[in-house]
Amino acid sequence: MSGPPDSHTVIGGPREPQPRGAKVRPGWPIDQSEAADRFIAAPRHLQNHDTRLWTLRQNRDRIAHGIEEWEELRELASQIKEHTLAHLDHYLEMFEANAKANGIHVHWAADAAEHNRIVHQILDEHGARSLIKSKSMLTEECAMRPYLEGFGIEVIETDLGERIQQLDDEDPSHVVVPAVHKLRADVAEVFSKTIGTDPNNDDVHYLAEQQRETTRPLILQADAGMTGCNFAIAETGTFVVCTNEGNADLSANVPPLHIASIGIEKLIPRIEHLGVFVRLLSRSALGTPITQYTSHFRAPREGGEMHVVLVDNGRSERLGMDEFWTSLKCIRCGACMNTCPVYRRSGGLSYGATYSGPIGIILDPTFNRTKYSALPFSSSLNGSCSNVCPVKINIHEQIFAWRRVMAETHEIPLMKQAMMKAAGELLSSPALYRAAVSGADAALRTLPKFIVYNRLNTWTRAREMPKAPDHTFHDWWKANREKTEVQP
Amino acid sequence: MSARDAILERIRSHRPSGEHPLPESPDFTRPSGDVQARFVERLERMGGEVLPPDGSGDMLAPLRTRLAAAGRVCSAAPEIEGNVDLDAIARPHDLADVDISVARAAFGVAETGSVLFTEAELRVNAMAYLAQHLVVLVDPADIVESTQHAYRSPLFHQARYVACHSGPSATADIEGVLIHGAQGVRSLTVVFVPRSDASLR
Repeated sequence: MSGPPDSHTVIGGPREPQPRGAKVRPGWPIDQSEAADRFIAAPRHLQNHDTRLWTLRQNRDRIAHGIEEWEELRELASQIKEHTLAHLDHYLEMFEANAKANGIHVHWAADAAEHNRIVHQILDEHGARSLIKSKSMLTEECAMRPYLEGFGIEVIETDLGERIQQLDDEDPSHVVVPAVHKLRADVAEVFSKTIGTDPNNDDVHYLAEQQRETTRPLILQADAGMTGCNFAIAETGTFVVCTNEGNADLSANVPPLHIASIGIEKLIPRIEHLGVFVRLLSRSALGTPITQYTSHFRAPREGGEMHVVLVDNGRSERLGMDEFWTSLKCIRCGACMNTCPVYRRSGGLSYGATYSGPIGIILDPTFNRTKYSALPFSSSLNGSCSNVCPVKINIHEQIFAWRRVMAETHEIPLMKQAMMKAAGELLSSPALYRAAVSGADAALRTLPKFIVYNRLNTWTRAREMPKAPDHTFHDWWKANREKTEVQP
Repeated sequence: MSARDAILERIRSHRPSGEHPLPESPDFTRPSGDVQARFVERLERMGGEVLPPDGSGDMLAPLRTRLAAAGRVCSAAPEIEGNVDLDAIARPHDLADVDISVARAAFGVAETGSVLFTEAELRVNAMAYLAQHLVVLVDPADIVESTQHAYRSPLFHQARYVACHSGPSATADIEGVLIHGAQGVRSLTVVFVPRSDASLR
């Protein structure tokens, strides 16, 4: 992975406070671009974030280009996932049967609340008061940590980035690098207030070492351990967890009790398919050939106890959405986030959701259509996300489709709706369109800025509108080409 | 209706249209020539190290020298005797103050510089994570070419636990600065030693 950033690129001056995420107002759509504005107004954070994620994207390209069969692997991964999703009932039953035969306790949760209840019940039955866990987007999605803390259970994140976010009482901003939006000075401030580090020391080695030293006793004292799951193998009942820190293996192998939360879309049919997905995952995520640790759990260790919770939480509903079901192929590598110009310049917290960036835009509305109704507009639709996706999800097309859904279900903000309605009527009639274009261009030249640069017109806010051409293409064609046009 | 049955029923009623056959996965592996050299190159790229032989003819001599200078040593490999008795370990926590753990890899993977262990190689799984440093004995004959080959191993159908280590614990979660030893071992060192009779599977 990349080394320390070039110190010459750091902008001088007093410490820049960390921009915070989207403002959440119950009943109102998240205004991603408002939060993005505040991120852009913090130049040091912006530069670090943009540079770091673009470096990951470049690393991904370099390593992918070194593998001749890269495009074949993506196609295979896509087909294997689509096959599994189309037969998900079959593979879930197979996974369950094999896991049970191996001595794993298998639970099913229809939604986040049921997942949290099940985990609490397992902990309660074992008298467990503390839980160490590795990073899991699913437990974030279920808001499990605050739920368990409500029962007085101490939950300790053991991934460094996730631990930073936990101690700062902030959501992860990226599925792979949760604290990528923070500068070392931000981390130094969080650690000085929570684990007692020297507030004036923001040396990265010092900060990481302090976290190691203060987390270790908590790992040793924990009553239970928890992991997520990257891949669940139907034919063996195995679940696979990929980390770079080895923290999932500590969580799983030190306490006597191991609970794994598994989204039902994580299934793949056979062990041999890991030879496709493991090759794609870290190369797409970080540009490394593999994660430092790839751990395969098939059965509890001797004397240990293992539980898995298979979680639906909206996934089976998504499976029935013609245009959006293939978003379930996602393996959470974050490549679409790293490449997205909007994400890189606005930070994951600006989306106000568990999943951010391009994949977040197409997942989040399935959880709450009104709250995330404006997110599909936070995209330039450049298609880069779809091009890097290791399982070939047509992300940018789904973003566009969500815009249409929002329009049809009246979820788009009033101003945007009025603008699109006018455009729609115009575009539905070629004659009207041609008659109106010169007028519209004239309007672009003469409309008062308060209309074009309206707050709700997100993507003109940080840029000038294009200069209207002096003549329309049609005018030009009529004058220059029409009379010489050859009829077929 | 149970959550299980409700979920399965919803999945059945929402089945995507189309055939979606399961594709065959071709073997993409190309022979790389010197498998061991490729393994070393990839291992070092992942932050792992190799302890070279000292020319004495005893391939374990450099390791014994290193271990003699260490404090608590825990070994699951029959070739090396530690000073922490794994049979006397009541709970994984008893390994918390181990300096160096030693284990033999079930096999290695050249494509990624990985070493793989099951519970049989580690005896107490946590030994490979709680120690400050991990030393791995690898028989060069046990290195397979690719990740795809690795997944043909019967161990994935037999072992309770298969851990694939590619270098030591690492993080770059703060400004992308690479740190080894985020939570687990700070270093991973490979020593090439053919299996002795005692450690034959």
